[in-house]
Amino acid sequence: MSAARHEYLLRLGDNALILSQRLGEWCGKGPALEEDMALTNVALDLLGQARLLLSLAAEAAGNGADEDSLAYHRDDREFRNVLLVEQPNGNYADTLARQFLFDAWSSLALRRLLTSSDAAIAAIAEKAVKEVSYHLRRSSDLMVRLGDGSERSHAMLQTAIDKVWPYSHELFIGDAVDAEMTAAGIGFDPASLQDEWLAYVREVFAEATLKLPAAGGWMPKGGKQGLHSEHLSKLLAEMQVLQRSHPGASW
Amino acid sequence: MNAAAVDKPSLDTIWHWLAEVPDPEIPVISITDLGIVRDVRWQEEQLVVTVTPTYSGCPATEVIAASIREAMAAHGIADAKMETRLSPAWTTDWLTVDAKTKLRDYGIAPPVGLSTGEQRIDISRLTRRAPPAPVVACPRCASTNTEMLSQFGSTPCKSLYRCKTCLEPFDYFKCH
Repeated sequence: MSAARHEYLLRLGDNALILSQRLGEWCGKGPALEEDMALTNVALDLLGQARLLLSLAAEAAGNGADEDSLAYHRDDREFRNVLLVEQPNGNYADTLARQFLFDAWSSLALRRLLTSSDAAIAAIAEKAVKEVSYHLRRSSDLMVRLGDGSERSHAMLQTAIDKVWPYSHELFIGDAVDAEMTAAGIGFDPASLQDEWLAYVREVFAEATLKLPAAGGWMPKGGKQGLHSEHLSKLLAEMQVLQRSHPGASW
Repeated sequence: MNAAAVDKPSLDTIWHWLAEVPDPEIPVISITDLGIVRDVRWQEEQLVVTVTPTYSGCPATEVIAASIREAMAAHGIADAKMETRLSPAWTTDWLTVDAKTKLRDYGIAPPVGLSTGEQRIDISRLTRRAPPAPVVACPRCASTNTEMLSQFGSTPCKSLYRCKTCLEPFDYFKCH
């Protein structure tokens, strides 16, 4: 049980951490000042959520680990984030498509966790759900503005969605850890979010005049179990280099 | 008779001291104006201050903890411990009336209305059918002819607005 809970917290925490790091790469390079601020604000919220979740995981492990050692001293195979969040930023449409699909999922996932039998997890969700609702409002609005915008913005966003879409399937695939957490009332069955998620995505796509990719096809998975794309290794190289070279450095 | 116990400042006095600790980002309001100090208690000889963070990743949180310890030390309390309480989550409804006046005088428009308990909003209402951005009065000229420039501002708690009457941009402390 405690092993499954640890895994579960790493999954939630790593999703937030890795997406935060990705968004941070935009800092100073956003297409407009307002977008630059928005992306880094979202990154900051996610980093805060990651800190709370990873601290909780470390605390329960009781092996001297802390949020920093989990972030900086694990190898790629030890990360438990879904493949979606480690996908490269690409152009702005790619970043936005990834963000929208994640925000819509995260907002539903956190609302499930509000009623978790684990009080510490429910408290983190209570804090995070307000932030993610705000993120989702922004990413939904931008989907509509760019999707139903110029010919060029529409085409770029549609291409971006088609490219990132296969990675959304993993969000809804459960395994033994999910089953154990669901049975304990701590977590939820990932598959149970899919209909509501799809309904919301469909609604926004309709308003954005975007086409929903066909069902089926390629469905990469494995991130939750530690099998990642090479993109994660490169992301970690940049995120971890300082603490790997100078362990424990602070300023 | 325990002499140390007699010398311990009362909780009222400590609340008074805490009311003098400024928010690091918006120094015109204090941490008690902000509503983030949730509890103060003595645990034997140790003072325990319970704080609820505004946003999960707000970098001011750690500065606030350090400022509290510093302020307590200045009043002779060497042993002060910070505790974080996440639930119930902080909301701008906890800002004091006084804080809203101070924010406006400082040039930041205070939150309009009460926090709607966003986590309970139906997901289908989060998109374009969401309520429009609130009508915010310009903190400088009081005109309500303003527009939102960006949902996100210079800190996690603010949005960026512009007054269409006096043409000045300003920060809006968003309802959360």
